[in-house]
Amino acid sequence: MDGVKVIEIKKSVFAENEKDAAALREELKRKGVYLLNLMSSPGSGKTTTLIRLINLLKDKIRIAVMEADIDSDVDAVKIKEATGVESIQLHTGGMCHLDAEMTRQGLDNLQLADVDLVILENVGNLVCPAEFDTGAVRNAMILSVPEGDDKPLKYPLMFSVCDLVAVNKTDVLPYFDFDLDRCRENVRLRNPRAQVIPICAKTGEGMEALAGWLLAEVKAWKQE
Amino acid sequence: MHELGIVFYIIRDVKQAAEENRVEHVSAVVMNIGEVSTVVPEYLTDCWRWAADKEELLRGCELRVNTIPAVSYCDDCQQEYETVRYGRTCPRCGGGHTWLLRGNEVEIKEIIVSS
Ligand SMILES: Nc1nc2c(ncn2[C@@H]2O[C@H](COP(=O)(O)OP(=O)(O)O)[C@@H](O)[C@H]2O)c(=O)[nH]1
Ligand SMILES: [Mg+2]
Ligand SMILES: [Zn+2]
Repeated sequence: MDGVKVIEIKKSVFAENEKDAAALREELKRKGVYLLNLMSSPGSGKTTTLIRLINLLKDKIRIAVMEADIDSDVDAVKIKEATGVESIQLHTGGMCHLDAEMTRQGLDNLQLADVDLVILENVGNLVCPAEFDTGAVRNAMILSVPEGDDKPLKYPLMFSVCDLVAVNKTDVLPYFDFDLDRCRENVRLRNPRAQVIPICAKTGEGMEALAGWLLAEVKAWKQE
Repeated sequence: MHELGIVFYIIRDVKQAAEENRVEHVSAVVMNIGEVSTVVPEYLTDCWRWAADKEELLRGCELRVNTIPAVSYCDDCQQEYETVRYGRTCPRCGGGHTWLLRGNEVEIKEIIVSS
């Protein structure tokens, strides 16, 4: 017989990752560990923001960081030096995003019994990371003023998966035609649940609000 | 550009399906790719060629892409319209109470094997 046979599959390629991510979230819940997935374009200020945020929170909760933004360990070392918390480098092998399996492998290198909050600095990119659930409890993103207040319209998926948008580099607002209210409205169109918090990682302005949000999130996750 | 990552997911799922069906070689994989899925079919097939030929099961296996046109639905007019042409604004009433009906698919439709 030299015929052909068609085998129907009809399955989304993201289905397996979504299963892995859900399983990872359940496991983190059991262990009482909160995982935050932080995303942004390259250079929006993820590392700078993390350093400020960790220094505000590290006396209240136990924190660790996983760096995936770039393949060199520059950011991981910088965070460790500036905050003293454990910070490890993940290797994405040139991939444009992290998936749940890669995130789990990263978590295996941390002592989760001694940690309340793990922050994942995802690959700097507004498209790909939004497509892949990492297993994080929440997604947050940083939009910096020079990028423009219309980014939520141009990258709808990213904004629709994030529960928190930190608008960074507010010190340069006078030099750009970035309108905070218009930005809020554009975010709301994509995700009515999302909170918008203006910050300046350079001066520290707005950082308490961001730290307050995160602390409440971690506490709720551990108690629920 | 996450086509390579997607190719690895396709390979993993096809391998699993081949095992379940006791298939030794797959001659084609048919994908449904939505018009607004952000996957670029040309990149996908390029990445596929590179990665699939490394696998015994998939050597020479063709990746066929079915493009699924994107269609949105307006809740106010209760009618469909072309997403790519009009975006999120309904061309009839100019309103924004619209949602994507289809066109976001990245799915494996079927595999073809010789018997
Ligand atoms: N003016 C200004 N520059 C900032 C601010 N936050 C970060 N930067 C600068 O932006 C650049 C990129 O920051 P970094 O934290 O490395 O961004 P990442 O690539 O997202 O991790 C660095 O030169 C920072 O000093 C801010 O609030 N205001
Ligand atoms: Mg960084
Ligand atoms: Zn309408």
